[in-house]
Amino acid sequence: MADSTNVIIDIDQVSFRYPEQETYALTNISFQVYKGEWLAIVGHNGSGKSTLARLLNGLQFPGKGTITVSGLKLSDENVWEIRRRVGMVFQNPDNQFVGTTVQDDVAFGLENHGVPREEMVKRVHDALKRVRMSDFLDREPHHLSGGQKQRVAIAGIIALKPEVIILDEATSMLDPVGRKEVLETIRQLKQEAGLTVISITHDLEEAAQAERMIVMNRGEVYREGTPRDIFQMDETLTALGLDIPFPVKMAKALKARGLDLPEIYLTDEELVDALWTLHLNK
Amino acid sequence: MMEKMIFGRYIPGDSVIHRMDPRSKLIFVFVFICIVFLANNAVTYGILAIFTLLVMLVSKVPVRFFIKGLLPILWLVIFTFFLQLFFNREGSLVFHYAFIHIYSEGIRQGVFISLRFMLLIFLTSLLTLTTTPISLTDGIEMLLAPLRKVKFPVHELALMMSISLRFIPTLMDETEKIMKAQMARGVDFSGGSIKDRVKAIIPLLIPLFVSSFKRAEELATAMEARGYQGGEGRTKYRLLVWRTADTLSICALAVVIVLLVLFRDGGIL
Repeated sequence: MADSTNVIIDIDQVSFRYPEQETYALTNISFQVYKGEWLAIVGHNGSGKSTLARLLNGLQFPGKGTITVSGLKLSDENVWEIRRRVGMVFQNPDNQFVGTTVQDDVAFGLENHGVPREEMVKRVHDALKRVRMSDFLDREPHHLSGGQKQRVAIAGIIALKPEVIILDEATSMLDPVGRKEVLETIRQLKQEAGLTVISITHDLEEAAQAERMIVMNRGEVYREGTPRDIFQMDETLTALGLDIPFPVKMAKALKARGLDLPEIYLTDEELVDALWTLHLNK
Repeated sequence: MMEKMIFGRYIPGDSVIHRMDPRSKLIFVFVFICIVFLANNAVTYGILAIFTLLVMLVSKVPVRFFIKGLLPILWLVIFTFFLQLFFNREGSLVFHYAFIHIYSEGIRQGVFISLRFMLLIFLTSLLTLTTTPISLTDGIEMLLAPLRKVKFPVHELALMMSISLRFIPTLMDETEKIMKAQMARGVDFSGGSIKDRVKAIIPLLIPLFVSSFKRAEELATAMEARGYQGGEGRTKYRLLVWRTADTLSICALAVVIVLLVLFRDGGIL
């Protein structure tokens, strides 16, 4: 996966400082995102992960360094083209709902890009079907739950057929059910359409399901690796103000009581399987 | 909060009027408001009343919604009726007791003006009752389109209208939430002197303003991230279709105008 032809986003030596602020929000960030992968970016509050998301979409421009999205260097001329390729779902489901009804909201992005109407109708219906919201076409936002609104936001993005979708803490204001719904939807879309997903999150269970993780600390990339690698460092993570997923914690607690669990278990199933094996071998 | 408000409410239905183009409805209501003033005798008011009743019947909207729309303005109707009744000194004296003098012209004018009020309210509430706010916005945008020639920001106005409409319920919810949160901390919104009440509004108003700013900023970011660059080069998802019913309604209105001109006092007949 990690060969250079597969790179969809290339971030090279990027530093960024908000105007009127002394400290850099991001310093010397360099990493690459590969086509079709699920990348999770985690970090404590103020570690610069949301700033990073805004840079990837051209909502902010880097002070130093370059960002390249599928061959296009982020600049004033390219910014709209890059925004078409990189869709972004934000945190608050209420404040990103532009349309008066579900279908208007999904069509908003298409209208902006001047897509002809017949094509628009097709894409709106298709996108809503994919997020399982087809029955809500004329529903108004205040009649939808948070998870449903977030799914409509995703539909609005996928109707634009982007190459990358960024979830900027998109599940942080949802209840566990809504969160699960949204993540399941994204996972399906990723599989069907070969999307690249960058999820910026506090939720370590969500991060554990990614293929690769980047840990941010004080505006720098602290560590990059698979979730298995990252959660291996448990004490260090806690020191960075992060938590570890429940199965990892559980395995640790069991190990402390003398059970022989040598590995890192990222999901409940993995841990349960390991316990079964252990039990049978006794 | 929303349930009590009838003004601007939409009642879903499936009548000819519900399916009409918002542009034709807007033109219709606008013209109707103007021609109401053409009527000046029993025959012409009769024509207008029958016409309005017919339109109301066709819309299949339950009558109670019209009554509800009328109630808040009823005091004004009654007030003007009595104003005419007591102070109009034309025509023959019909009744007098002590200082009260009621003239025939007073009764006539009172009835006509009240009727005029009611017809206007019925027809304008019919517009909002049978048209969704968003299609009204679309209609207004299309009708104002010629103003683009004189640099009037039609698209921006329409966008602002549709965003405001979309956020009304959200902000209502939030107002209620803040109100309850402040009540839980001991703010009294319903009692006290006028001065106390005005003071009590502040802990409601300021958080509401601050959060509206935050919402606006987040919404603008989300819009930009989805490629919004202003009205230029945009296509439209919503489509307005002018059907036969729309042409017919305008024709019916034209017939009414002709009748009014013919039968009014000082008219052609």
